[in-house]
Amino acid sequence: MEKVLLEMKHITKTFPGVKALDDVNLKVAGGEIHALVGENGAGKSTLMNVLSGVYPHGSYQGEIFYQGGLCRFHTIRDSESRGIVIIHQELALIPYMTIGENMFLGNERGRSGKINWNETYAQAEELLLTVGLKESPRTLIKDIGVGKQQLAEIAKALAKQARLLILDEPTASLNEAESGALLELLLHFKRQGLTSILISHKLNEIASVADKITILRDGAVIETLDKKQDLITEDRIIRGMVGRELSDRFPGRGNRRVGAVRMEVRNWTVFHPLYPERRVVDDVSFTVRRGEVLGISGLMGAGRTELFMSIFGKSYGEAVSGSLFLEGRRVRLNSVRDAILHKLAYVTEDRKGNGLILKNSIRVNTTLANLGAVSRWGVIDRDREYGAANHYREKLNIKCPGVDRQVGNLSGGNQQKVLLAKWMFADPDILILDEPTRGIDVGSKYEIYCIINRLAEEGKSVILISSELPEVLAMSDRIYVMNEGRIVGELSGGEATQEAVMARILSGERGEQNGKD
Amino acid sequence: MEKTKNTDIIKKYTMIIVLALILSFFAWRTGGAILLPMNVSSLISQNAYVFILATGMLLCILTGGNIDLSVGSVVCFVGAIGAVLMVNFKVNMYLAILAMALVGTLIGAWQGFWIAFVRIPPFIVTLAGMLVFRGLSNVVLNGMTVSIKEQEAFVNLFGGGANCYIPDFFGNGTLNLTCLLAGFLAVGIFLFLQIRSCRERRRKGYDRSGAFGFALKLSVVSAAVLAFTWRLSQHKGIPTVLIWVLIVVLIYGYLTSNTRVGRYFYAVGGNEKATRLSGINTNRVYFLAYLNMGFLAALAGMVTIARMTSAQPTYGQSYEMDAIGACFIGGASAYGGIGTVPGVIIGAVLMGVINLGMSLMGVDQNMQKVVKGLVLLAAVIFDVVSKRGGKLIAGN
Repeated sequence: MEKVLLEMKHITKTFPGVKALDDVNLKVAGGEIHALVGENGAGKSTLMNVLSGVYPHGSYQGEIFYQGGLCRFHTIRDSESRGIVIIHQELALIPYMTIGENMFLGNERGRSGKINWNETYAQAEELLLTVGLKESPRTLIKDIGVGKQQLAEIAKALAKQARLLILDEPTASLNEAESGALLELLLHFKRQGLTSILISHKLNEIASVADKITILRDGAVIETLDKKQDLITEDRIIRGMVGRELSDRFPGRGNRRVGAVRMEVRNWTVFHPLYPERRVVDDVSFTVRRGEVLGISGLMGAGRTELFMSIFGKSYGEAVSGSLFLEGRRVRLNSVRDAILHKLAYVTEDRKGNGLILKNSIRVNTTLANLGAVSRWGVIDRDREYGAANHYREKLNIKCPGVDRQVGNLSGGNQQKVLLAKWMFADPDILILDEPTRGIDVGSKYEIYCIINRLAEEGKSVILISSELPEVLAMSDRIYVMNEGRIVGELSGGEATQEAVMARILSGERGEQNGKD
Repeated sequence: MEKTKNTDIIKKYTMIIVLALILSFFAWRTGGAILLPMNVSSLISQNAYVFILATGMLLCILTGGNIDLSVGSVVCFVGAIGAVLMVNFKVNMYLAILAMALVGTLIGAWQGFWIAFVRIPPFIVTLAGMLVFRGLSNVVLNGMTVSIKEQEAFVNLFGGGANCYIPDFFGNGTLNLTCLLAGFLAVGIFLFLQIRSCRERRRKGYDRSGAFGFALKLSVVSAAVLAFTWRLSQHKGIPTVLIWVLIVVLIYGYLTSNTRVGRYFYAVGGNEKATRLSGINTNRVYFLAYLNMGFLAALAGMVTIARMTSAQPTYGQSYEMDAIGACFIGGASAYGGIGTVPGVIIGAVLMGVINLGMSLMGVDQNMQKVVKGLVLLAAVIFDVVSKRGGKLIAGN
């Protein structure tokens, strides 16, 4: 029978407050393509980081057996020396180095510190041929497209004598033809005996190339499907991914009244700031009503964040075009200041990177976006500032010894509440919440859902961008589904089901085939 | 909770404790000479430029650890222009002061433009400025010294020359009563403001910290101020330049802690992206930091030529390092977003005390540099490591 190459047993990994992996078992046979699927946050990347030593042995529970032996990796180097090579979704290539230099970075050809460039480029050329990349190894990475970069990354992995190749969303930024070529390459490797683990959201691709599919959900393995025994269809995979009860993790929609249209966006198009030819948001039109929670669903990279950041005072993207109407009147928001003055608020998905000043206090963070409200002639009134911070601390139940506490010392859930407080203090009519419950515990999630409901009841419009389908379904009055920068479906909150939303995402993906140019 | 509070207090006052220790060390090694009235007085007049420049440098550093290498050259250039205007062109003193302030601010605007709007790294822009304005100083002065001994009004105004003290209005010879009175007045105002704001905070329940710490802080500061003014009054009274330093320190201390603009410097250094997404024009904040640095460099230029009663093309060398050093020793973060004006003043005093103490001990000039360098390194290591929770080696 087939030989087991890798076995991960009872892997449990906890982060402060969150159990990312819960007793996960994974068995990968030699020479197969093993797909790993699950929603965002299901634990796929965490599992692969455990395998590759990003989370060193000892920081998780459980054992890893590889090629029959017990392995304890402490660094990525350890796992790579055994032929386990991971290719991350964000490519790890250095733009101003050549393909050849990148391929042998940290693995240089030559002796005693001196690089043998002839050997480097000769081997690079050979490997590029293997992966079918027709470029000189002396070409700079920045001069080739993403598809070719992905191939260069694979060649780099081969240069490390990879036996087990882990690809995290390798086709996420590739077009149809490039994706096809890449999958073909994986099948070719498989015939040569190379084993791959493929993480992907593109179920059609998985259904076509994978031998086995392991489905993760909430940090646990739900099932492993085997092509030889089970009939693998996309619907079958979806059922495994989403089959969860909503039970009482959500407070329900409450009794709010959705009013008239408050904001309308027409033909909104945004281009990538670095690759000006890439359309990140493509001709999007939608409406937002008073007192409504509007869900925006879609996979990572669907263009949701980019769409709303570009609306929020052009804080993302190049050549933003389209029209925006607030209360029926056309407005142009050219800066974040404009957007705030027009009563918009954007609560970022990246609260540490883009949202909070971690080394400042709760008080300072709360008032930052609306300092004018607590100051006079440019001088801050400490009393009013404390008053405001304390008001929101109580209102949002921020657990802290005092508002002078550094935000960096709070738990994720409380940080998220501070971020919400900051934007509620800016007194917006339309709140855009981007992944407001990412990475926080269940209790805080529930509190944030209650805050969302309260805001809607007060007549605010809440736009809820979320990758968690159950959340969108339970909270929203209406849902737009986005994919590849476009809105591919609109559903009313009452009728939408997880399967229906997933199906729209996937149909959007298939509609991609006769692609854009 | 209580535990973290104690360490917080120690962290907050580390530099004051270090300053006290170093001061006692030098008092011991110099047989008390460092505490003599004359030496206390010269500590101020010798280091006035550091206080002024470090205050401006703090704003730059707050925006993200950005430094300004050009300040020494700008000090020299502005001084050169002022001296040449007054001496060679016989320009009215006040017009010359205005011109100097304007030139400094324009230089700040020039450098600020490239840094803030074009986003050229500050290190490069100000390194260029350092060369350019050093060169231009030479050009303006023709490579020679221009004496401003004759411009007595100017020299007196900025605390140079022989008459560099505030006159004693109650003159009785031995003890300068004006100075002593000013000390009491300052302590009185300080206590009044502190106690009033503390009462207010307590009444509204924002502050629940212990009364002991508060009382200790008040008495230590008051005692220090009184001791300081007492020493000054035993010499010749308040050095004129101290008034300038106080004006700068008070204005910028207020600006950084109580105004919106001040808050923005901290915000940009703390997290620029979050600040921009909060609707704040971050380019403008960078620009302001360097604009202001140019202005304060001009003021330091005035103080410098007044003290030397001349302008020379070599003035101001390594002033930038003194200012940067004072900021980092005073607790400003090398990554930006953290630092206070009082902290920087303590840093500057610390550097001044080390300089003076070693000179009095007769330590070789070159060894003094070695010691200062090591103190600076130690201060930043302490800052970085304590922020990492005490781990010396960074994780990879």
